[in-house]
Amino acid sequence: MRYLVCIKQTPDTAELPKISPEEAASGKLSVNLVVNPWDEHAIEAGLQLMETYGGATGAVTVGDEGAIDALRSALAMGCKDATLVEHTDEVDAWGVAELLAGAVKHDGDVNVVLTGQMTVDGNSGAVPVALGRKLGWPVLTGVAKIVDLTDDSITVERVSGQARLTVKAPLPVVVSVIKEIGEPRYPTFINIRKAARVKVPVLTADDLGVEPPAPVIHMSNFRKPPARDAHVKLFEGSPQEAAAALVDALLEEKVL
Amino acid sequence: MKFLVYIETDSGDVVASSWEALGAALSLSDDVEAVVIGDKISVVTEEAVERGAKKVYVVEDETRALFDLERHLADVKNALEQCGADAFLASHTNNGRDLAAALGAEKGAGVIADALELGLEGDALKGVRGIYTGNILVDVTVDGSPQIATLRPRAFAPAEKGAGGDAEVVLMDPADVDSPYEVLGVQRAEKGEVSLTEASIIVSGGRGVAKDPELGFDLIRDLAGLLGAAVGASRAAVDAGFISYDHQVGQTGKVVRPDLYIAAGISGAVQHLAGMGSSKIIVAINKDEEAPIFSVANYGIVGDLFQVVPAMSEAVREKLGK
Ligand SMILES: Cc1cc2nc3c(=O)[nH]c(=O)nc-3n(C[C@H](O)[C@H](O)[C@H](O)COP(=O)(O)OP(=O)(O)OC[C@H]3O[C@@H](n4cnc5c(N)ncnc54)[C@H](O)[C@@H]3O)c2cc1C
Ligand SMILES: Nc1ncnc2c1ncn2[C@@H]1O[C@H](COP(=O)(O)O)[C@@H](O)[C@H]1O
Repeated sequence: MRYLVCIKQTPDTAELPKISPEEAASGKLSVNLVVNPWDEHAIEAGLQLMETYGGATGAVTVGDEGAIDALRSALAMGCKDATLVEHTDEVDAWGVAELLAGAVKHDGDVNVVLTGQMTVDGNSGAVPVALGRKLGWPVLTGVAKIVDLTDDSITVERVSGQARLTVKAPLPVVVSVIKEIGEPRYPTFINIRKAARVKVPVLTADDLGVEPPAPVIHMSNFRKPPARDAHVKLFEGSPQEAAAALVDALLEEKVL
Repeated sequence: MKFLVYIETDSGDVVASSWEALGAALSLSDDVEAVVIGDKISVVTEEAVERGAKKVYVVEDETRALFDLERHLADVKNALEQCGADAFLASHTNNGRDLAAALGAEKGAGVIADALELGLEGDALKGVRGIYTGNILVDVTVDGSPQIATLRPRAFAPAEKGAGGDAEVVLMDPADVDSPYEVLGVQRAEKGEVSLTEASIIVSGGRGVAKDPELGFDLIRDLAGLLGAAVGASRAAVDAGFISYDHQVGQTGKVVRPDLYIAAGISGAVQHLAGMGSSKIIVAINKDEEAPIFSVANYGIVGDLFQVVPAMSEAVREKLGK
């Protein structure tokens, strides 16, 4: 079995509030970049599949040269190989999906593509579905648990609205995971040292024989959201007095 | 501009935020049609008419009881073809997101995903959405046909009942496609449990319950029950096993937008704020007056949640006669 995890390098979530509109518009961020947190769960899922069902788990990212750091993190967690699809022209979710589809086909052996539920920068959640459509493979989103994997099928538990479904789909397949799939493991010291020495292969759209479509999603007027006008009103006294005054205030606000 | 709005159903019940998508379309155009896909959905279809859709395309079939990307996408494409809409709207639920992404990717059309506002600029949709987890807002326009947008639940006013007249209902055959998905089992949320993303009130607990997590969340559930609220939690509470992940609010949980968010024993880390920062009114109950949650809260009580939360329940019972 061959599992390929799609990861993106994104800002450390603690630093997201520091990003300025100018940085966001140019894409040149001064904040610390790490593996998109949802993708750490996807890596964990890939490693667990490898341990349970055998095979090899690789990682792939579409990004610039700096994104190799994210791939090294994936290697340090235990991925067997990593590939950078170097692409610096502007692309939207469809462009990323096209490049990832190219990478999957270039790999040739992939049975299960794993992704996170969404990125903490783009927040679209569209890439896994678009990737599945481009490959012509089924897509299972919101996957909380992988129940079974056979030579030709996968069975998962996935969240769909208010329900949790057990669903079986044929391989090859795209699976996007949520946090419940498992806590990402910490890299081991040995793996970190090994990962630092790996020469990460770099491929371009040309190498993959794909031409990512020009963006069809256009963003402008980058700005900070209006600040919360929050001057907290504290209620004092005994818990009973404070709670009663609070409930009165909420009734007045018409939110109860 | 002609709109087709996707009305999501789940085992015959409407997903309420669909009416918000219908409301958004009606606020922009007189020419609004809807598509309802599901099983046993006559009530939902009637409601779509009542709420102002001019024409309703209906695919009613056993195989459509649960959302199936392959089947629902094919039905939507059929409806779009018949309707000839310029724009397609859905609520940004998990299924709405997947449907819009699949449609957009196939047609090479852009999606304004998870829009917080929606307007028209000439003949095109123009949305506002958050990126970097809501820390930056942008205007978004898209190329391609149809113009597609998914709308953040609770960010738009629902289409009102009684707004509609006599609409035409078009019964369509289910699209003839094979689905690769075989559903082997369905587990439902507990009866009466309110969905976090649809809730107008949320009561959440954090690590502050640690000295007696069971009692802490019982107290939180009591208050939530009285208020018809959903129960939320911080990641620290989820990771400690106090409550299941379904309840997690935040960066790696759910993004919510209630009228009232009550955070009990939650410090207010940026990753938690990422999920609830756009609540209308935030109430913080925390024994540490320096906790960052107080800097985004409208109201607060500095105190022990084990005393304050039951006192709130008591006050609600008294004042609302519950
Ligand atoms: C990549 C990433 C993603 C994350 N995603 C999320 C997410 O989705 N959601 C999320 O919530 N967090 C998330 N976090 C974690 C986040 O950084 C915080 O660790 C977490 O929100 C803390 O939860 P807490 O407020 O319950 O716990 P703490 O920070 O420990 O706060 C507990 C609070 O309870 C108060 N308290 C203690 N006892 C009482 C009492 N008896 N009565 C009243 N108050 C009391 C304390 O004063 C304190 O303020 C994420 C972190 C990372 C790195
Ligand atoms: N540039 C990228 N390179 C590799 N994988 C990506 C990239 N962008 C998105 N993904 C994957 O798609 C998922 C959803 O991302 P998005 O649709 O952008 O929110 C992420 O969690 C990743 O697994």
